[in-house]
Amino acid sequence: MPSPADIRVQEAQFDLGVEASAFAARQTGMGAIVTFTGIVRDLDGTLDHMQIEHYPGMTEKALRTIAEDAHARWSLGGSLIIHRYGRLGPDDMIMMVATASRHRKDAFEAAMFLMDYLKSRAPFWKKEATADAEGWVAARVEDEDALDSWQ
Amino acid sequence: MDVLYFAWVRERIGLPRETVRTDAATVQDLVAELCAREARYEMAFSDLTALRVAVDQELVEWDTPLAGVREVAFFPPMTGG
Repeated sequence: MPSPADIRVQEAQFDLGVEASAFAARQTGMGAIVTFTGIVRDLDGTLDHMQIEHYPGMTEKALRTIAEDAHARWSLGGSLIIHRYGRLGPDDMIMMVATASRHRKDAFEAAMFLMDYLKSRAPFWKKEATADAEGWVAARVEDEDALDSWQ
Repeated sequence: MDVLYFAWVRERIGLPRETVRTDAATVQDLVAELCAREARYEMAFSDLTALRVAVDQELVEWDTPLAGVREVAFFPPMTGG
């Protein structure tokens, strides 16, 4: 039996519809599937591209640990995390999570939990580049605070 | 042991990884050793509250012992998602 947590760290684009459908097709007896997709934002219209760096090896481990924590905490039939690295343009998809459960509450909460944890505990770093400047995205205090709500 | 740097820590130090021979007892001691080497390390490690450290790919605190450790990585707070 495959592991219920499917973790993928990749440079390539992914197809949200294909991934969501394939995830749903792997589930049996689940009443709810939640998916979340993160997109590259261009807040003030000046973003040229974003570069995402990660820590190969630790990234996969950290994501697996976060997924296992979610499976221990909620009743999940399966979960999926896809996170990209490398060069991404405005409106590109950065990542997605999907959770499947018998009940929607577990699926929603587990998806939120995965998002909150992977934001601050998975080793990814974003660098934004405009036409004439580039800079590392700073971590937000609110993101760290979000973790406290799950304690 | 292998010492890895990511994001702006990598940029300030000017390399992504290096092999370091050290008898440093803890992560903190290793940081002190690196800072004593060259200004670029001091610049990268000037504010440890702005940094995170992983030992053998697990996030740890600065007083973590280094005995038997193969890999130490320094980086800013993560910004995934």
